[in-house]
Amino acid sequence: MIQAIVILAVMGGIFGAVLAVASKKLAVETDPRVDEVLSVLPGANCGACGFPGCAGLANAIVNEGAPINACVPGKEKVAKEIAAIMGLNAAPETVRKVAQLHCNGTFDNTKPLYEYKGVMDCHLAVTQFGGPSYCYYGCIGLGSCEQVCPFDAIHIGENRLPVVDTSACVGCGICANQCPQKILQIVPINKQVHVRCNNRDKGKKAMDTCKVSCISCGICVKNCPEGAITLLESKAGSVAVIDYDKCTSCGICVAKCPRKSIHLDPPIDPELTICEQPKEPEGCAACAAKSVCGLH
Amino acid sequence: MELFALIFGSIFISNIVLAQFLGICPFLGVSKDIKSAFGMGLSVMFVMILSSTICWLVYTFLLVRFDLEYLKTIAFILTIAALVQLLEMFLKKNVPALYKSMGVYLPLITTNCAILGIALLNIQENYNLIYTLANAFANSAGFTLALVLMAGIRERLDEADVPDAMKGLPIVFFVASSMGLAFVGFTGMI
Repeated sequence: MIQAIVILAVMGGIFGAVLAVASKKLAVETDPRVDEVLSVLPGANCGACGFPGCAGLANAIVNEGAPINACVPGKEKVAKEIAAIMGLNAAPETVRKVAQLHCNGTFDNTKPLYEYKGVMDCHLAVTQFGGPSYCYYGCIGLGSCEQVCPFDAIHIGENRLPVVDTSACVGCGICANQCPQKILQIVPINKQVHVRCNNRDKGKKAMDTCKVSCISCGICVKNCPEGAITLLESKAGSVAVIDYDKCTSCGICVAKCPRKSIHLDPPIDPELTICEQPKEPEGCAACAAKSVCGLH
Repeated sequence: MELFALIFGSIFISNIVLAQFLGICPFLGVSKDIKSAFGMGLSVMFVMILSSTICWLVYTFLLVRFDLEYLKTIAFILTIAALVQLLEMFLKKNVPALYKSMGVYLPLITTNCAILGIALLNIQENYNLIYTLANAFANSAGFTLALVLMAGIRERLDEADVPDAMKGLPIVFFVASSMGLAFVGFTGMI
Protein backbone atom coordinates (compact mmCIF):
# COMPACT_ATOMS: atom_id res chain seq x y z
CA MET A 1 0.00 0.00 0.00
CA ILE A 2 2.65 2.48 1.13
CA GLN A 3 4.88 1.25 -1.65
CA ALA A 4 2.15 2.01 -4.21
CA ILE A 5 1.63 5.54 -2.90
CA VAL A 6 5.37 6.22 -2.87
CA ILE A 7 5.92 4.87 -6.38
CA LEU A 8 3.07 6.86 -7.87
CA ALA A 9 4.11 9.99 -6.00
CA VAL A 10 7.67 9.57 -7.23
CA MET A 11 6.46 9.02 -10.80
CA GLY A 12 4.26 12.09 -10.61
CA GLY A 13 7.07 14.08 -9.07
CA ILE A 14 9.54 13.06 -11.75
CA PHE A 15 7.13 13.80 -14.59
CA GLY A 16 6.22 17.12 -12.99
CA ALA A 17 9.86 18.08 -12.58
CA VAL A 18 10.68 17.07 -16.16
CA LEU A 19 7.76 19.11 -17.48
CA ALA A 20 8.71 22.10 -15.33
CA VAL A 21 12.27 22.03 -16.62
CA ALA A 22 11.08 21.47 -20.16
CA SER A 23 8.66 24.37 -20.06
CA LYS A 24 11.56 26.64 -19.13
CA LYS A 25 14.06 25.15 -21.55
CA LEU A 26 11.66 24.77 -24.45
CA ALA A 27 9.81 28.05 -23.95
CA VAL A 28 9.12 29.75 -27.25
CA GLU A 29 9.64 33.48 -27.33
CA THR A 30 6.37 35.06 -28.30
CA ASP A 31 5.95 38.74 -28.91
CA PRO A 32 3.81 40.15 -26.05
CA ARG A 33 2.27 42.54 -28.55
CA VAL A 34 0.46 39.61 -30.21
CA ASP A 35 -1.65 39.13 -27.09
CA GLU A 36 -2.21 42.88 -26.74
CA VAL A 37 -3.39 43.23 -30.33
CA LEU A 38 -5.59 40.18 -29.91
CA SER A 39 -7.22 41.74 -26.86
CA VAL A 40 -8.35 44.85 -28.78
CA LEU A 41 -9.65 42.93 -31.80
CA PRO A 42 -13.41 42.28 -31.70
CA GLY A 43 -12.98 38.54 -31.26
CA ALA A 44 -15.72 37.75 -33.74
CA ASN A 45 -13.46 35.49 -35.84
CA CYS A 46 -15.49 36.55 -38.87
CA GLY A 47 -12.62 36.05 -41.31
CA ALA A 48 -13.34 39.27 -43.21
CA CYS A 49 -9.66 40.25 -42.92
CA GLY A 50 -8.61 37.10 -44.77
CA PHE A 51 -6.67 35.61 -41.86
CA PRO A 52 -7.74 32.55 -39.84
CA GLY A 53 -9.61 34.25 -37.02
CA CYS A 54 -8.64 37.18 -34.82
CA ALA A 55 -5.60 35.33 -33.43
CA GLY A 56 -4.34 34.82 -36.97
CA LEU A 57 -4.72 38.51 -37.73
CA ALA A 58 -3.00 39.55 -34.48
CA ASN A 59 -0.04 37.34 -35.35
CA ALA A 60 0.04 38.64 -38.92
CA ILE A 61 -0.03 42.29 -37.81
CA VAL A 62 2.83 41.88 -35.34
CA ASN A 63 5.03 39.40 -37.19
CA GLU A 64 4.20 39.62 -40.87
CA GLY A 65 3.46 43.30 -41.33
CA ALA A 66 -0.23 43.01 -42.14
CA PRO A 67 -1.97 46.40 -42.33
CA ILE A 68 -3.16 47.63 -38.94
CA ASN A 69 -6.56 48.58 -40.36
CA ALA A 70 -7.16 45.07 -41.72
CA CYS A 71 -9.95 44.36 -39.22
CA VAL A 72 -13.12 45.16 -41.15
CA PRO A 73 -15.76 45.17 -38.39
CA GLY A 74 -13.36 46.91 -35.95
CA LYS A 75 -13.09 50.00 -38.19
CA GLU A 76 -11.01 53.03 -37.16
CA LYS A 77 -11.42 52.53 -33.44
CA VAL A 78 -9.64 49.19 -33.43
CA ALA A 79 -7.10 50.39 -36.01
CA LYS A 80 -6.14 53.29 -33.72
CA GLU A 81 -5.76 51.02 -30.71
CA ILE A 82 -3.57 48.64 -32.70
CA ALA A 83 -1.53 51.61 -33.94
CA ALA A 84 -0.90 52.60 -30.33
CA ILE A 85 0.28 49.10 -29.43
CA MET A 86 2.50 48.82 -32.49
CA GLY A 87 3.96 52.30 -31.95
CA LEU A 88 2.82 53.51 -35.34
CA ASN A 89 1.06 56.72 -36.23
CA ALA A 90 -2.69 56.48 -36.28
CA ALA A 91 -4.08 54.48 -39.12
CA PRO A 92 -4.83 56.26 -42.36
CA GLU A 93 -8.44 57.39 -42.31
CA THR A 94 -10.55 54.57 -43.55
CA VAL A 95 -13.94 55.22 -45.08
CA ARG A 96 -16.52 52.63 -44.21
CA LYS A 97 -17.55 50.51 -47.14
CA VAL A 98 -20.85 48.84 -47.83
CA ALA A 99 -22.18 46.47 -50.48
CA GLN A 100 -24.07 47.94 -53.46
CA LEU A 101 -26.11 45.98 -55.96
CA HIS A 102 -25.64 46.69 -59.68
CA CYS A 103 -29.11 45.60 -60.73
CA ASN A 104 -32.60 47.05 -60.62
CA GLY A 105 -34.39 44.17 -62.31
CA THR A 106 -37.45 44.16 -60.12
CA PHE A 107 -40.70 42.37 -61.02
CA ASP A 108 -41.93 45.63 -62.55
CA ASN A 109 -38.89 46.16 -64.74
CA THR A 110 -38.15 42.74 -66.13
CA LYS A 111 -40.07 39.52 -66.61
CA PRO A 112 -39.31 35.95 -65.66
CA LEU A 113 -37.85 33.62 -68.27
CA TYR A 114 -39.47 30.58 -66.66
CA GLU A 115 -40.81 29.53 -63.29
CA TYR A 116 -37.95 28.25 -61.17
CA LYS A 117 -38.92 25.57 -58.71
CA GLY A 118 -35.54 24.19 -57.69
CA VAL A 119 -33.37 24.65 -54.64
CA MET A 120 -33.35 28.27 -53.46
CA ASP A 121 -29.75 28.90 -54.36
CA CYS A 122 -28.49 31.38 -56.97
CA HIS A 123 -25.56 29.19 -58.03
CA LEU A 124 -27.87 26.29 -58.90
CA ALA A 125 -30.44 28.52 -60.59
CA VAL A 126 -27.76 30.06 -62.82
CA THR A 127 -27.01 26.65 -64.27
CA GLN A 128 -30.59 26.46 -65.61
CA PHE A 129 -30.55 28.62 -68.77
CA GLY A 130 -28.70 31.40 -66.92
CA GLY A 131 -31.29 31.81 -64.20
CA PRO A 132 -35.03 32.39 -64.00
CA SER A 133 -34.81 36.11 -64.77
CA TYR A 134 -35.25 37.30 -68.37
CA CYS A 135 -31.99 39.21 -67.98
CA TYR A 136 -28.96 36.96 -68.36
CA TYR A 137 -26.75 39.35 -66.40
CA GLY A 138 -28.99 40.51 -63.56
CA CYS A 139 -29.83 39.44 -60.05
CA ILE A 140 -31.18 35.90 -59.60
CA GLY A 141 -32.94 36.96 -56.41
CA LEU A 142 -32.79 33.65 -54.53
CA GLY A 143 -30.74 35.07 -51.69
CA SER A 144 -27.36 33.34 -51.78
CA CYS A 145 -25.97 36.67 -50.52
CA GLU A 146 -28.49 36.71 -47.67
CA GLN A 147 -27.49 33.21 -46.63
CA VAL A 148 -23.77 33.92 -46.39
CA CYS A 149 -23.90 37.35 -44.70
CA PRO A 150 -22.40 36.88 -41.23
CA PHE A 151 -23.81 40.23 -40.08
CA ASP A 152 -27.45 39.77 -41.10
CA ALA A 153 -27.11 42.92 -43.22
CA ILE A 154 -28.53 41.82 -46.58
CA HIS A 155 -32.06 40.59 -47.18
CA ILE A 156 -34.18 39.80 -50.21
CA GLY A 157 -36.74 42.59 -50.42
CA GLU A 158 -40.33 42.52 -51.63
CA ASN A 159 -39.36 43.05 -55.26
CA ARG A 160 -36.98 40.01 -55.07
CA LEU A 161 -33.81 42.15 -55.10
CA PRO A 162 -31.45 42.06 -52.11
CA VAL A 163 -31.55 45.17 -49.93
CA VAL A 164 -28.43 46.10 -47.99
CA ASP A 165 -28.92 47.32 -44.44
CA THR A 166 -26.16 49.96 -44.49
CA SER A 167 -26.23 50.31 -40.72
CA ALA A 168 -25.30 46.65 -40.25
CA CYS A 169 -23.09 46.10 -43.33
CA VAL A 170 -19.38 46.19 -42.54
CA GLY A 171 -18.19 45.75 -46.13
CA CYS A 172 -16.55 42.38 -45.55
CA GLY A 173 -17.29 41.40 -49.17
CA ILE A 174 -18.40 37.85 -48.46
CA CYS A 175 -21.66 38.43 -50.36
CA ALA A 176 -19.81 39.97 -53.32
CA ASN A 177 -17.64 36.88 -53.57
CA GLN A 178 -20.62 34.59 -53.24
CA CYS A 179 -22.80 36.25 -55.90
CA PRO A 180 -22.67 34.10 -59.07
CA GLN A 181 -23.56 37.14 -61.24
CA LYS A 182 -20.83 39.27 -59.61
CA ILE A 183 -23.21 42.23 -59.32
CA LEU A 184 -22.50 43.11 -55.70
CA GLN A 185 -19.65 45.55 -55.18
CA ILE A 186 -18.06 46.89 -52.00
CA VAL A 187 -18.19 50.67 -52.31
CA PRO A 188 -17.19 53.54 -49.97
CA ILE A 189 -20.25 54.63 -48.03
CA ASN A 190 -19.96 58.31 -49.10
CA LYS A 191 -20.48 57.48 -52.80
CA GLN A 192 -24.08 58.16 -53.81
CA VAL A 193 -24.17 57.44 -57.54
CA HIS A 194 -24.43 53.84 -58.66
CA VAL A 195 -25.06 52.13 -61.98
CA ARG A 196 -27.93 49.80 -61.17
CA CYS A 197 -27.41 47.54 -64.16
CA ASN A 198 -25.04 44.86 -65.37
CA ASN A 199 -26.66 44.15 -68.75
CA ARG A 200 -24.13 43.65 -71.54
CA ASP A 201 -26.64 43.40 -74.40
CA LYS A 202 -26.77 46.10 -77.07
CA GLY A 203 -29.56 48.54 -77.93
CA LYS A 204 -32.83 46.83 -78.73
CA LYS A 205 -32.04 43.54 -77.02
CA ALA A 206 -31.18 45.34 -73.77
CA MET A 207 -34.33 47.44 -74.03
CA ASP A 208 -36.50 44.35 -74.46
CA THR A 209 -34.86 42.59 -71.53
CA CYS A 210 -35.53 45.20 -68.87
CA LYS A 211 -37.14 48.62 -68.60
CA VAL A 212 -34.15 50.13 -66.81
CA SER A 213 -31.25 48.41 -68.57
CA CYS A 214 -28.02 50.07 -69.65
CA ILE A 215 -27.90 50.12 -73.45
CA SER A 216 -24.25 51.24 -73.67
CA CYS A 217 -25.27 54.51 -75.37
CA GLY A 218 -22.34 56.34 -73.75
CA ILE A 219 -24.21 59.55 -72.88
CA CYS A 220 -23.07 59.29 -69.25
CA VAL A 221 -19.47 58.81 -70.40
CA LYS A 222 -19.59 61.98 -72.49
CA ASN A 223 -21.25 64.07 -69.80
CA CYS A 224 -19.24 63.09 -66.75
CA PRO A 225 -17.07 66.11 -65.78
CA GLU A 226 -14.60 63.90 -63.92
CA GLY A 227 -14.23 61.24 -66.61
CA ALA A 228 -15.23 58.71 -64.01
CA ILE A 229 -17.54 56.62 -66.15
CA THR A 230 -16.34 54.16 -68.76
CA LEU A 231 -18.05 51.54 -70.85
CA LEU A 232 -16.59 48.32 -69.55
CA GLU A 233 -15.99 46.15 -72.60
CA SER A 234 -16.20 42.42 -72.26
CA LYS A 235 -16.72 39.51 -74.58
CA ALA A 236 -20.48 39.66 -74.16
CA GLY A 237 -20.81 43.43 -74.65
CA SER A 238 -20.41 46.56 -72.60
CA VAL A 239 -21.97 48.26 -69.58
CA ALA A 240 -21.38 51.64 -67.95
CA VAL A 241 -19.12 51.39 -64.90
CA ILE A 242 -18.24 54.12 -62.39
CA ASP A 243 -14.70 54.54 -61.15
CA TYR A 244 -15.46 55.30 -57.51
CA ASP A 245 -12.01 56.85 -56.99
CA LYS A 246 -12.93 59.65 -59.40
CA CYS A 247 -16.70 59.97 -58.84
CA THR A 248 -17.77 63.05 -56.88
CA SER A 249 -21.45 62.07 -56.69
CA CYS A 250 -22.42 65.22 -58.65
CA GLY A 251 -25.41 63.47 -60.23
CA ILE A 252 -25.07 64.80 -63.81
CA CYS A 253 -25.03 61.29 -65.27
CA VAL A 254 -28.15 60.42 -63.31
CA ALA A 255 -30.03 63.31 -64.96
CA LYS A 256 -28.69 62.47 -68.44
CA CYS A 257 -29.22 58.72 -68.47
CA PRO A 258 -32.07 58.02 -70.90
CA ARG A 259 -32.77 54.62 -69.36
CA LYS A 260 -32.76 55.73 -65.71
CA SER A 261 -30.32 52.96 -64.91
CA ILE A 262 -27.97 55.25 -62.94
CA HIS A 263 -29.29 56.17 -59.51
CA LEU A 264 -28.48 58.98 -57.07
CA ASP A 265 -28.98 57.59 -53.57
CA PRO A 266 -29.63 59.80 -50.54
CA PRO A 267 -26.47 60.22 -48.46
CA ILE A 268 -25.92 57.61 -45.77
CA ASP A 269 -24.72 58.76 -42.38
CA PRO A 270 -21.53 56.72 -41.93
CA GLU A 271 -21.80 57.09 -38.17
CA LEU A 272 -25.21 55.48 -38.14
CA THR A 273 -24.36 51.91 -37.35
CA ILE A 274 -25.71 49.42 -34.92
CA CYS A 275 -22.13 48.47 -34.16
CA GLU A 276 -21.52 51.59 -32.07
CA GLN A 277 -21.40 49.83 -28.72
CA PRO A 278 -19.57 46.57 -29.29
CA LYS A 279 -20.54 43.96 -26.78
CA GLU A 280 -18.19 41.34 -25.46
CA PRO A 281 -18.66 38.42 -27.85
CA GLU A 282 -19.50 35.00 -26.52
CA GLY A 283 -20.36 31.65 -28.03
CA CYS A 284 -19.30 30.35 -31.40
CA ALA A 285 -17.89 32.51 -34.18
CA ALA A 286 -21.19 32.98 -36.02
CA CYS A 287 -23.05 34.18 -32.93
CA ALA A 288 -20.05 36.21 -31.79
CA ALA A 289 -19.97 38.10 -35.10
CA LYS A 290 -23.55 39.14 -34.55
CA SER A 291 -23.14 39.93 -30.87
CA VAL A 292 -20.35 42.37 -31.70
CA CYS A 293 -22.94 44.36 -33.55
CA GLY A 294 -25.44 44.05 -30.72
CA LEU A 295 -27.84 41.92 -32.71
CA HIS A 296 -28.16 39.25 -30.07
CA MET B 1 6.12 -14.62 -39.97
CA GLU B 2 4.47 -14.37 -36.60
CA LEU B 3 5.28 -10.65 -36.55
CA PHE B 4 3.69 -10.22 -39.97
CA ALA B 5 0.58 -12.03 -38.77
CA LEU B 6 0.42 -9.70 -35.78
CA ILE B 7 0.71 -6.58 -37.96
CA PHE B 8 -1.77 -7.79 -40.58
CA GLY B 9 -4.19 -8.95 -37.91
CA SER B 10 -4.05 -5.65 -36.04
CA ILE B 11 -4.65 -3.58 -39.14
CA PHE B 12 -7.44 -5.58 -40.77
CA ILE B 13 -8.85 -8.41 -38.67
CA SER B 14 -9.05 -6.78 -35.26
CA ASN B 15 -9.00 -3.20 -36.47
CA ILE B 16 -8.74 -0.93 -33.45
CA VAL B 17 -11.73 1.22 -34.43
CA LEU B 18 -13.96 -1.13 -36.37
CA ALA B 19 -13.47 -4.33 -34.35
CA GLN B 20 -12.22 -3.24 -30.93
CA PHE B 21 -14.26 0.00 -30.80
CA LEU B 22 -11.46 2.11 -29.36
CA GLY B 23 -10.90 5.69 -30.47
CA ILE B 24 -14.46 6.15 -31.75
CA CYS B 25 -14.43 9.84 -30.83
CA PRO B 26 -11.83 11.01 -33.38
CA PHE B 27 -13.23 8.42 -35.82
CA LEU B 28 -16.48 10.38 -35.89
CA GLY B 29 -15.10 13.81 -35.02
CA VAL B 30 -12.06 14.25 -37.25
CA SER B 31 -13.27 12.39 -40.34
CA LYS B 32 -14.89 15.26 -42.23
CA ASP B 33 -12.15 15.53 -44.85
CA ILE B 34 -9.33 13.26 -45.91
CA LYS B 35 -6.55 15.75 -45.25
CA SER B 36 -7.27 16.31 -41.57
CA ALA B 37 -8.13 12.64 -41.09
CA PHE B 38 -4.70 11.67 -42.42
CA GLY B 39 -3.04 14.32 -40.20
CA MET B 40 -4.84 12.95 -37.17
CA GLY B 41 -3.88 9.41 -38.13
CA LEU B 42 -0.19 10.27 -38.39
CA SER B 43 -0.27 12.17 -35.09
CA VAL B 44 -1.86 9.17 -33.38
CA MET B 45 0.75 6.86 -34.93
CA PHE B 46 3.54 9.05 -33.61
CA VAL B 47 2.14 9.26 -30.07
CA MET B 48 1.01 5.64 -29.92
CA ILE B 49 4.41 4.18 -30.80
CA LEU B 50 6.18 6.47 -28.35
CA SER B 51 3.73 5.99 -25.49
CA SER B 52 3.47 2.22 -25.92
CA THR B 53 7.24 1.92 -25.72
CA ILE B 54 7.56 4.09 -22.64
CA CYS B 55 4.58 2.47 -20.92
CA TRP B 56 6.11 -0.94 -21.60
CA LEU B 57 9.39 0.24 -20.04
CA VAL B 58 7.59 1.69 -17.02
CA TYR B 59 5.67 -1.53 -16.50
CA THR B 60 8.59 -3.89 -16.97
CA PHE B 61 11.24 -2.04 -15.03
CA LEU B 62 9.18 -0.27 -12.40
CA LEU B 63 5.81 -1.82 -11.70
CA VAL B 64 6.81 -5.48 -12.05
CA ARG B 65 9.82 -4.96 -9.91
CA PHE B 66 7.78 -3.59 -7.00
CA ASP B 67 4.86 -6.01 -7.52
CA LEU B 68 2.54 -3.15 -8.41
CA GLU B 69 1.08 -4.54 -11.65
CA TYR B 70 -2.45 -3.58 -10.56
CA LEU B 71 -1.44 0.11 -10.77
CA LYS B 72 -0.77 -0.08 -14.51
CA THR B 73 -3.88 1.85 -15.62
CA ILE B 74 -3.25 4.91 -13.48
CA ALA B 75 0.50 4.79 -14.06
CA PHE B 76 -0.03 4.65 -17.83
CA ILE B 77 -2.45 7.57 -17.81
CA LEU B 78 0.12 9.60 -15.90
CA THR B 79 2.85 8.61 -18.33
CA ILE B 80 0.83 9.35 -21.47
CA ALA B 81 -0.40 12.74 -20.24
CA ALA B 82 3.12 13.84 -19.30
CA LEU B 83 4.53 12.46 -22.54
CA VAL B 84 2.09 14.31 -24.79
CA GLN B 85 2.73 17.54 -22.89
CA LEU B 86 6.46 17.12 -23.28
CA LEU B 87 6.09 16.22 -26.93
CA GLU B 88 3.98 19.29 -27.58
CA MET B 89 6.57 21.58 -26.02
CA PHE B 90 9.40 19.85 -27.85
CA LEU B 91 7.69 20.12 -31.23
CA LYS B 92 6.70 23.73 -30.65
CA LYS B 93 10.33 24.64 -30.00
CA ASN B 94 12.23 22.42 -32.40
CA VAL B 95 9.87 21.40 -35.23
CA PRO B 96 7.41 24.29 -35.53
CA ALA B 97 6.25 23.16 -38.97
CA LEU B 98 5.14 19.77 -37.67
CA TYR B 99 3.62 21.40 -34.57
CA LYS B 100 1.57 23.72 -36.75
CA SER B 101 0.32 20.92 -39.00
CA MET B 102 -0.70 18.75 -36.04
CA GLY B 103 -2.36 21.75 -34.47
CA VAL B 104 -5.18 20.98 -32.08
CA TYR B 105 -4.95 17.19 -32.57
CA LEU B 106 -1.92 16.74 -30.38
CA PRO B 107 -3.52 17.70 -27.03
CA LEU B 108 -6.67 15.81 -28.07
CA ILE B 109 -4.67 12.61 -28.38
CA THR B 110 -3.93 12.69 -24.63
CA THR B 111 -7.51 11.71 -23.95
CA ASN B 112 -7.74 9.23 -26.83
CA CYS B 113 -8.64 5.87 -25.33
CA ALA B 114 -6.93 4.04 -28.21
CA ILE B 115 -3.52 5.15 -26.90
CA LEU B 116 -4.18 3.86 -23.39
CA GLY B 117 -5.95 0.78 -24.76
CA ILE B 118 -2.98 -0.33 -26.84
CA ALA B 119 -0.54 0.35 -24.01
CA LEU B 120 -2.63 -1.89 -21.76
CA LEU B 121 -3.17 -4.56 -24.42
CA ASN B 122 0.58 -4.87 -24.97
CA ILE B 123 0.94 -5.78 -21.29
CA GLN B 124 -2.09 -8.06 -21.27
CA GLU B 125 -0.72 -10.05 -24.22
CA ASN B 126 2.76 -10.30 -22.64
CA TYR B 127 4.45 -8.80 -25.68
CA ASN B 128 8.18 -8.13 -25.63
CA LEU B 129 9.53 -4.74 -26.74
CA ILE B 130 9.71 -5.61 -30.45
CA TYR B 131 6.16 -6.96 -30.48
CA THR B 132 5.02 -3.90 -28.54
CA LEU B 133 6.50 -1.61 -31.19
CA ALA B 134 4.99 -3.68 -33.99
CA ASN B 135 1.60 -3.80 -32.30
CA ALA B 136 1.57 -0.03 -31.71
CA PHE B 137 2.55 0.64 -35.31
CA ALA B 138 -0.01 -1.78 -36.73
CA ASN B 139 -2.87 -0.53 -34.60
CA SER B 140 -2.17 3.12 -35.38
CA ALA B 141 -1.92 2.21 -39.08
CA GLY B 142 -5.32 0.50 -38.75
CA PHE B 143 -6.66 3.62 -37.04
CA THR B 144 -5.37 5.81 -39.87
CA LEU B 145 -6.84 3.44 -42.44
CA ALA B 146 -10.28 3.49 -40.81
CA LEU B 147 -10.20 7.27 -40.42
CA VAL B 148 -9.15 7.95 -44.02
CA LEU B 149 -11.71 5.48 -45.41
CA MET B 150 -14.42 7.10 -43.32
CA ALA B 151 -13.36 10.60 -44.42
CA GLY B 152 -13.46 9.49 -48.07
CA ILE B 153 -17.00 8.16 -47.65
CA ARG B 154 -18.12 11.29 -45.80
CA GLU B 155 -16.75 13.56 -48.52
CA ARG B 156 -18.99 11.71 -50.98
CA LEU B 157 -21.88 11.71 -48.52
CA ASP B 158 -21.80 15.52 -48.52
CA GLU B 159 -22.94 15.47 -52.12
CA ALA B 160 -25.35 12.57 -51.79
CA ASP B 161 -29.08 13.01 -51.40
CA VAL B 162 -29.45 11.99 -47.74
CA PRO B 163 -32.94 12.09 -46.17
CA ASP B 164 -33.38 15.10 -43.89
CA ALA B 165 -33.66 13.10 -40.68
CA MET B 166 -30.46 11.21 -41.50
CA LYS B 167 -28.27 14.22 -42.27
CA GLY B 168 -25.12 14.71 -40.24
CA LEU B 169 -24.12 12.19 -37.59
CA PRO B 170 -26.98 9.64 -37.97
CA ILE B 171 -25.91 8.61 -41.46
CA VAL B 172 -22.30 8.51 -40.25
CA PHE B 173 -23.27 5.94 -37.61
CA PHE B 174 -24.86 3.82 -40.33
CA VAL B 175 -21.69 4.08 -42.38
CA ALA B 176 -19.54 3.23 -39.37
CA SER B 177 -21.52 0.09 -38.59
CA SER B 178 -21.46 -0.99 -42.25
CA MET B 179 -17.69 -0.51 -42.27
CA GLY B 180 -17.46 -2.61 -39.09
CA LEU B 181 -19.45 -5.39 -40.80
CA ALA B 182 -17.24 -5.15 -43.88
CA PHE B 183 -14.12 -5.59 -41.76
CA VAL B 184 -15.61 -8.73 -40.19
CA GLY B 185 -15.01 -10.20 -43.64
CA PHE B 186 -11.28 -10.34 -42.86
CA THR B 187 -11.87 -12.75 -39.97
CA GLY B 188 -10.24 -16.12 -40.51
CA MET B 189 -7.71 -14.94 -43.09
CA ILE B 190 -4.88 -15.85 -40.74
